[in-house]
Amino acid sequence: MARSVKKGPFVDDHLLKKIDALNANNEKRVVKTWSRRSTIIPDMVGHTIAVHDGRKHVPVYITESMIGHKLGEFSPTRTFRYHAGQERAGRR
Amino acid sequence: MARIAGVDIPRDKRLEVALTYIYGVGPTRAQKVCAETEVSPDTRVKDLTDDEVARLRSWIEANLEVEGDLRREVAQDVRRKVDIGCYQGVRHRRGLPVHGQRTHTNARTRKGPKKTVAGKKKVRKH
Repeated sequence: MARSVKKGPFVDDHLLKKIDALNANNEKRVVKTWSRRSTIIPDMVGHTIAVHDGRKHVPVYITESMIGHKLGEFSPTRTFRYHAGQERAGRR
Repeated sequence: MARIAGVDIPRDKRLEVALTYIYGVGPTRAQKVCAETEVSPDTRVKDLTDDEVARLRSWIEANLEVEGDLRREVAQDVRRKVDIGCYQGVRHRRGLPVHGQRTHTNARTRKGPKKTVAGKKKVRKH
């Protein structure tokens, strides 16, 4: 079920504070965050946010069309290399 | 010959069923269309009067997004997800199921026909 509109989009407070600070000072800096569950809001557009994938922070440049998605959607948590013998197929 | 929403010409079937041949119209919407236009869902398509066909056509045109327009919209949504590189987009790109289904087995609709791998051990029942 979708979230109630009344509440507005969910963004972790600690992340929101950092973004607001950047916007207030007109700064552009990579913000590290573990908050994969935060919704991308218009304020974040143009910033680069490094989203934790469980091992490292994956830098995500936020664009207009990402609004409404969650940060975690852009930082995959699984590494799939390839199956043995698949190299041939992959090279084509 | 009934031509509704472009090129769909389902004949001989009950209207309610025939309407579901339109892309974007399933059983629920077919029933709704019948109710809104006050055409009996039990009439065969070939028995429809011209007036009824016209009513169906105009109602669908005014209220539903079907066929080409709908396909385009869906394709656009998919393309957007692929372009921004979100998880669902990646799944589309790789041709894997998007909604979190298992891929250990099944998922053949998305993955296509089985590609057998040489030397893979079969699980044997005893």
